[in-house]
Order: sequence, then C-alpha cells, then structure tokens
Amino acid sequence: MSNVPLLEVNALKKHFPLKSDFFGGKKGFVYALDGVSFTLAKGETLSIVGESGCGKSTLGKTILRLIEPTDGEVYLDGERVDNVSLNKLANFRRRVQVVFQDPFSSLNPRQRVRDIIGEPIINFGLASGSELEDRIVALMDKVRLPRDAMHRFPHEFSGGQRQRIGIARALAPGSDLIICDEAVSALDVSVKAQIVNLLSDLQDELGLALLFISHDLAIVEHLTHRVAVMYLGKIVELADRRTLFSTPHHPYTRALLSAVPVPDPKAPRNRIILKGDVPSPINPPSGCRFHTRCPYVFDRCRVEEPLLRKTAHAGQVSACHLDEVPPLAS
Amino acid sequence: MSVSIEPGFAAAPVLRDVLPPRRERGRVMLFIYRHPTIAVGGLLLGLMVLIAIFAPFLHTVDPTALAPARRTRAPNAQYWFGSDMLGRDIYSRVLYGARVSLLVGFLVAAVSSLVGLTIGLCAGFIRILDTVMMRVMDGLMSIPSILLAIAFMALIGASVQNVVIAISVAEIPRVARLVRGVVLSLREQAYVEAAIASGTSTFKIIWRHILPNTLAPIIVQATFICASAMLAEATLSFIGAGTPPTTPSWGNIMAEGRALWQVKPFIVFFPAVFLSITVLAVNLLGDGLRDALDPRLAKRI
Repeated sequence: MSNVPLLEVNALKKHFPLKSDFFGGKKGFVYALDGVSFTLAKGETLSIVGESGCGKSTLGKTILRLIEPTDGEVYLDGERVDNVSLNKLANFRRRVQVVFQDPFSSLNPRQRVRDIIGEPIINFGLASGSELEDRIVALMDKVRLPRDAMHRFPHEFSGGQRQRIGIARALAPGSDLIICDEAVSALDVSVKAQIVNLLSDLQDELGLALLFISHDLAIVEHLTHRVAVMYLGKIVELADRRTLFSTPHHPYTRALLSAVPVPDPKAPRNRIILKGDVPSPINPPSGCRFHTRCPYVFDRCRVEEPLLRKTAHAGQVSACHLDEVPPLAS
Repeated sequence: MSVSIEPGFAAAPVLRDVLPPRRERGRVMLFIYRHPTIAVGGLLLGLMVLIAIFAPFLHTVDPTALAPARRTRAPNAQYWFGSDMLGRDIYSRVLYGARVSLLVGFLVAAVSSLVGLTIGLCAGFIRILDTVMMRVMDGLMSIPSILLAIAFMALIGASVQNVVIAISVAEIPRVARLVRGVVLSLREQAYVEAAIASGTSTFKIIWRHILPNTLAPIIVQATFICASAMLAEATLSFIGAGTPPTTPSWGNIMAEGRALWQVKPFIVFFPAVFLSITVLAVNLLGDGLRDALDPRLAKRI
C-alpha cells in the first residue's frame, strides 16, 4: 500500500440551506454532513453504515460532486478534486463511478443496454467502432450478463440483472473506485448475495476500491475491510471489520450491532433499545450528537463534542468521552 | 489490508439468465387489437387528411364560385351538401375547408410543442430563467385563450398564418409548464445522476436522457392541442376574427349559415359533422397514444 491513499476525504461538510422564508431570509441549514474524514486505499472496501437520514447517501453524492460540498476537501491520489470546476473533472469522473440503489430508476428506460454501458466509454473517448463493441461485450461477460442482452431495453430485465448492467456501466471507463450507494438494498436476498459476491470478485480481479454505503450490517460484515459508522452527519466510529464487529467501542455502534437480526430464535440476545428518534439534523444536539439517546450519557457529553480518538484496539477510532465503555448489561 | 475476506457468501447458484424472447415487430391486426383507439382515431384522421389533400379531385367545383340563382338549395344530385346563400357548393367548401382546419391544427400543435419544449427545457435546467419564464407563462395563462387569440387577430389582421400564431401563443404556456414539470422530475432521476457521474456533458444529457423521456407526454399533449386548435380556428372564424371570408373553412361556413340555421340547417350541419369527427379522431388518437406510451403500462408486455 502506497503512502498516498486513493481517496482522502477531509472534514467534508454539506449544509443544505432551508427554503428561505417570505422575506428572503435564510431560516437555517440541514447539517447533512458535518466534518467527515476518512481515507480509502486502492483495492480496499470501506463501508459507511448508519440509520436512514444520517448522511450516508449525501456523503456519496458529495464525493461524486453530484452535490457541491459546503466545506472540506476531497483528494484523489493526492490531487484535490472538490474545488476543480465541473468541466475539468474528466479524470476524476473516469476513475470514480457510482452504482445506485434503485435498479429501476438508475437506467434510462429508453436506452438499450449497449448504449447504457457504452456511454461512459464514448464520453471519455476510450474506444470506438468495433473496439467499443468488444469492450461492451467484455464488460457484459465480466458482470455475467448474457450477450443477447446487448440490444434490449432495461424493462426486459429483472432487478438483479439491471443492477449488473449498472455495475457494468460503472466499470466501463476502467474506474478505480466505485461508490455503491445502497447498491444491493433493493434486491432479493439471494440476488443480493450474488451481487455482493460479484462485487468482491470484481474487486479481486481489478483491484477496485469500493465505498460501500449500506444499512445492512450482515452484508457489510461479509464484504468490507473497514467500517465507518455515521450518526447525524458525523463518523462516530471507524475500525477494521473484525475489530468493529467483535469489540465495538461507541455506544451507538453497539446499539446498531445489537439490532442485527439473528436467524436463530433461541439465540440469547442483548438488544440495546435506543430511546426516541434520531434528532433533527436541522438543529443537532449540542456536544455529542448521540447524547440524547445514549445509555451512558453524562454531563460532559452534553457540552463538549467528542473527537475521534484511538482506542485500545489497533486501527479503531471512536468519538466518545468514555475511555472504557462499560460492558453490556446482561 | 490486514483483514482478509472469507471467500463467497452462501449464495444460491447463479441461475442461467432467462430473458424473454424478443417480440416480433409488425402484425397490424395485433396492433389494432391492442390499441383500438389509435387505430380508429388514426384511420379517421388519415381519411380527413386524404380528403384535404385530394379535395380538387373529389368531384368538387370551385368553392368560391357564386351562383346567386341557385342559392340555399337543399342537398340534391348537383349540390350533395346543398348550397349556401350565395349559391356556393357546400360540399366543395367543406372539403376545401378541411385543408384550413387540418393545417391550423397540425401547425399549431407543431409550433406550440416546439416552442413550449424549448421554453420548458430552459426553465427546467436553468434556475435563473425558471422564475422569470414561468411568471410570463402564468401571465399568458391567466388570459382566456380565445380572448387572447381574438385580441391578437384584431392586432395583426385576418389570415390563416395569423390564426396559427394567435392560437399557438395561447397554447405555448401549457406545453411549457408540462415540459418543465417533466424535466424537473427527470433531472432528479438516478440515471441522470449516473450520466453526470460518468462524464456526460449537459447537452448530451438533455439530448439523450431528458428529451426522449419528455416526448411521450408532449406527443399526447400535441394531439389535444391539435384538436383544440381546430375548434379555436372554427370559433375564431365563426365570430369573424379568424380565417378571412374568402377562404372556406368549417368555421366560416358555419358562421355564414348561422342566420339561416332554423330554415336551412344543412348549411351548418355538414361542416359541424366534419369538425366533430376530426376532433374526435384526434382525441381518440391522443388517448390511445397516452396509453401506449405510458411506461407504467408498457411493462405489461
């Protein structure tokens, strides 16, 4: 692993202004992302997990420049990309691709599969004529689509097949990083497993880095190298997969893990039931954002915002004031 | 990385991809069976178009030729539809009148669709223009369209070309609003975002991803505009603010027959029947197209 990470995100912020009131005054902001930092190495999978509304998808779209960041920096191979003008992003666009959640709305219903997959190749002038055809066929083989799918329209395919078309499109320009925005959440369990296996095979084969945005911890545990847990626009814990799943540090991570369904009804479970809802990102709580729901809350949490600190385990950082979170009450 | 990934989830073996056989194209009967309204509407409209094109060869005489001695004749062997109070052959006038009505209908549909499409695309894509353009459109829409057309005709004088302009101006805001709405919902679609992420230029996004998906609603809207434009033309001609009296149009013939409609109803009857059939045909076509082009219904292969 070289020293320069493939993707570096530094204190990324996205504040959506609320609709202005009648006199044009700004009423406030939705703090969708509030200082998110992480790095992603070549060929690595980093999963972003969290409840809905915590800013996972905004993070993906902001990195992709589908949404303009409010503040912070994004580097690709050490080159800053967040402040480059949109029409000079060609290199970044070629290397960073996206697979969306909904396999039905992510493909243009009036384009044939070959045009969908070929579009990025043509955009970057990577191939034309018979070479283009060859590349499209190779991509379809790679994602295990039958070749006669080429001249069909998206509505002729099932959800899993459509998602494979989406993956082929993301691979088309020879990308290094694919942002999977809930890429398997809309699929059936068996199809989900196939797509996940396909993604990890492709990763081995092509050395892809994946930024895997998901709320499905079972999938994440299977697929990922590292996991970042997000809560209300901030990363609260980031750790290696094994460390996170065996010794979670942050109380929120623990609550999330305890909520993962276990297929055995007789298995003993220590569910941590959190009280209340996620607070509004328009008016996030002071201090630690989790303090309104944390079972271990104490005075300091309400005033001082905890920073990501290393824990006793290597490669684990957590934003909690408690040095040693007490063991789960059983 | 320090952590290794266990090989493979316990996934079900990947099934061979079974894709439905491709549908064969053609099959006229099947099409008529699936879309009866398109077939009937298209047939009637096609008939009207043929009548308009071949009007000189369909046993007609000069529609403006006067014959004061033989005025207001009831339909007979010589005057199939009768003659009006100047002795002109109503059959010829109605057939030639189809030219004006269809021309106005199609031209207004084309002009207002194209202009409305352009305005709608601009408004949907360029935030600054959106507010300004849409307020102008709102302003135009707040005036009853027939009044707007009358005012226009009073300003620019009577001619078929001016009728087209006057009616188009009134219809443009409707198309523009429709297109803007569709564009606003399309630009949030994931496939548009995916296209942006894969480096597609804004122009290509509009051309390849937005435009093809706005065509279906526009075509449907265009047929309804076509029908209402023909009615509007007849209305304008009827009140004397439309096609000049020298050119026969269905509205003109009805306007002239209005004074006598209780004693000589056939003067009004024949152009009215033709107008009704044409408007019905266009509306049937539009209804059928809406069903056929609706992507939600397209799934039921």
